[in-house]
Amino acid sequence: MMKLSALKKELQNMPKSSGMKRMRKILFGMKFTDGLFYKVSVYMLLIALSYIYLYPMLYMVTGSFMSMEDIIDVAVKWIPSSLNFENYSIVFTEIAYLRSLIDGIYLAIVPAISATVSAALVGYGFAKFDFPFKRTLFVLMIMTFIVPPQITMLPMFRMFSQYNLLGSIRAFVFPAILANGLNAAIFILIFFQFFRMVPKSLIESAELDGANAFTIFIRIILPLAIPSIIIVFLFSFVWYYNETYLSGLYLRGSDLLSLPLRIDQYISNFTSIYPEGSPARERMQAVKLAGNILTLLPLLILYFFTQRYFVESIDRTGITGE
Amino acid sequence: MNLKAKLFHNKLIHMHHDHILFFNRFKVKVTAKRRSSFIGLSFISLWIVGYLIFALYPIVYSFYLSLFKVRLDGGAIDLTFEGFNNFAAAFLYDPYFVEILVEYVLEMLLNVPITIVFALIIAMLINQPIKGKGIFRTIFFLPVIITTGPVIRELMNQGATTLPSIDEYSIIDLVITNLNSAIADPLQALFDTILLVLWFTGIQILIFLAGLQKIDKEIYEASMIDGAGPWESFWKITLPQIMPLITVIVIYTTVSMSVFSLNEVIIYIQNVMLGESTVGTLTTGYGYSAALAWIYFIVMVLIILLFVGLLSIRRKSRV
Repeated sequence: MMKLSALKKELQNMPKSSGMKRMRKILFGMKFTDGLFYKVSVYMLLIALSYIYLYPMLYMVTGSFMSMEDIIDVAVKWIPSSLNFENYSIVFTEIAYLRSLIDGIYLAIVPAISATVSAALVGYGFAKFDFPFKRTLFVLMIMTFIVPPQITMLPMFRMFSQYNLLGSIRAFVFPAILANGLNAAIFILIFFQFFRMVPKSLIESAELDGANAFTIFIRIILPLAIPSIIIVFLFSFVWYYNETYLSGLYLRGSDLLSLPLRIDQYISNFTSIYPEGSPARERMQAVKLAGNILTLLPLLILYFFTQRYFVESIDRTGITGE
Repeated sequence: MNLKAKLFHNKLIHMHHDHILFFNRFKVKVTAKRRSSFIGLSFISLWIVGYLIFALYPIVYSFYLSLFKVRLDGGAIDLTFEGFNNFAAAFLYDPYFVEILVEYVLEMLLNVPITIVFALIIAMLINQPIKGKGIFRTIFFLPVIITTGPVIRELMNQGATTLPSIDEYSIIDLVITNLNSAIADPLQALFDTILLVLWFTGIQILIFLAGLQKIDKEIYEASMIDGAGPWESFWKITLPQIMPLITVIVIYTTVSMSVFSLNEVIIYIQNVMLGESTVGTLTTGYGYSAALAWIYFIVMVLIILLFVGLLSIRRKSRV
């Protein structure tokens, strides 16, 4: 109450208040959080943090354009003396970029589609039906997220080698289509949360019209779930595209390699040829950065067009509680 | 139609509108409840099959292998029972593993809280009424899209994961050299990896942001009238409201950092498995690497339990 009366008094005195007071009000506002000082500090902090986040990207981009002279020249730290695409053209031709890119996208897109389809089916099953042991199964499903791949990779590796799946995209598609692929628990959770919100009356009225459960799912439920489908597909695609640990194991020595692995392999071959400290080795630094940029480029383009879906994703997992 | 008739009206299964006859003998009544559970189970059957093949079987089998000394003869597999010797060997005869495991534990204990604090700060900054929210959100989420093993390794090798200003202006150095090494060493480690830690905050920021936006604005206004400042309303309103989210984030952060492909421990486990690292006769091969993977998993779960336990103690003492 004290504060309120003080506030009133201040309001009455407003026209008479001195310049000093007005200044203070502009700077710190009525309740501090609406003052200029506060606003400026928020923006400054955000911009500083953005710089920290973007620093490695900037480093990669500028570094990848550096020529041999720029790397050796100590005076050139940030801005290359000339825009040279030589590093890019080296990587581009040496790893047959276009073919590798198509391979990489193929290796990501097929498992991603499989994972999306299976996650939608399973999420719907968990969300809209009751069956014995549902809770137990659901908990087991969530638990799979915590189990690190190091536990399962060894038996899986043996299993895949027994059935001749090593070096083939099937090593990724089979787990994905059976809803046990990369981060499948998260995807099932996203669909589960979405389907829970679909009103029961919609399904019941379709049932009255004589549609069976599968028809209802395809014709009525899936069209509603398009935003969730896009989100799950995008995440799945990005994670499969970036995956190097398991693909390094399963695709080892095969012709089919994901793009990050292909560039990695090319670089390690290249570095082993030249001795430590030779100019060519120094040069490799820039070439590696160019390679990394070329790996990330498809993802950056994808992110640029679809970032809305990425940032909306968290709301859809429902972990904030509805 | 004919096919359908054959499928559902044969000796094995005979479907009527109110019951199903199996083997011409067992009659099962069809109720709405049973039908619904059957349909539900068929929807998740994909997952059940996948779980048995790609989760349960590998988990059980890898634990089984961890109790054996495994030798591979071409396609055949030769097992000698060792009991828990593989586990004991990891701690007794493998100093390197113990060293990287301890390092991993310390790193998690330091990095997970830092990740959470930074994610919360950034989420609260974005949640202010400011312009360009979308741009900042896009920037802070970007690392989620591009963080891959090779990219990070390259950046680390070239020293781009430490902030240049920290290296160049020796203020931090000055601070660190004047401190006790018990405080200075973790501080130094923090500054060396701050960028990496920050790059792991993308998802966490979004989770916090979603949680912050769900808090009723009127609560803040009411507390403001009662004379609470921003500092007090953070501790008394914001934090209790997002506390459940912190548990989720702790689990997510610990798991995602633990399975990241540049983690020393998992690189070592893979090397042992592929026979590229050998220490002694026992500490080698599939069986041993399975034991290492299990130790790693157990340690990870313990870390998660520790964090979750600490959080729940705090919450209880507050209530």
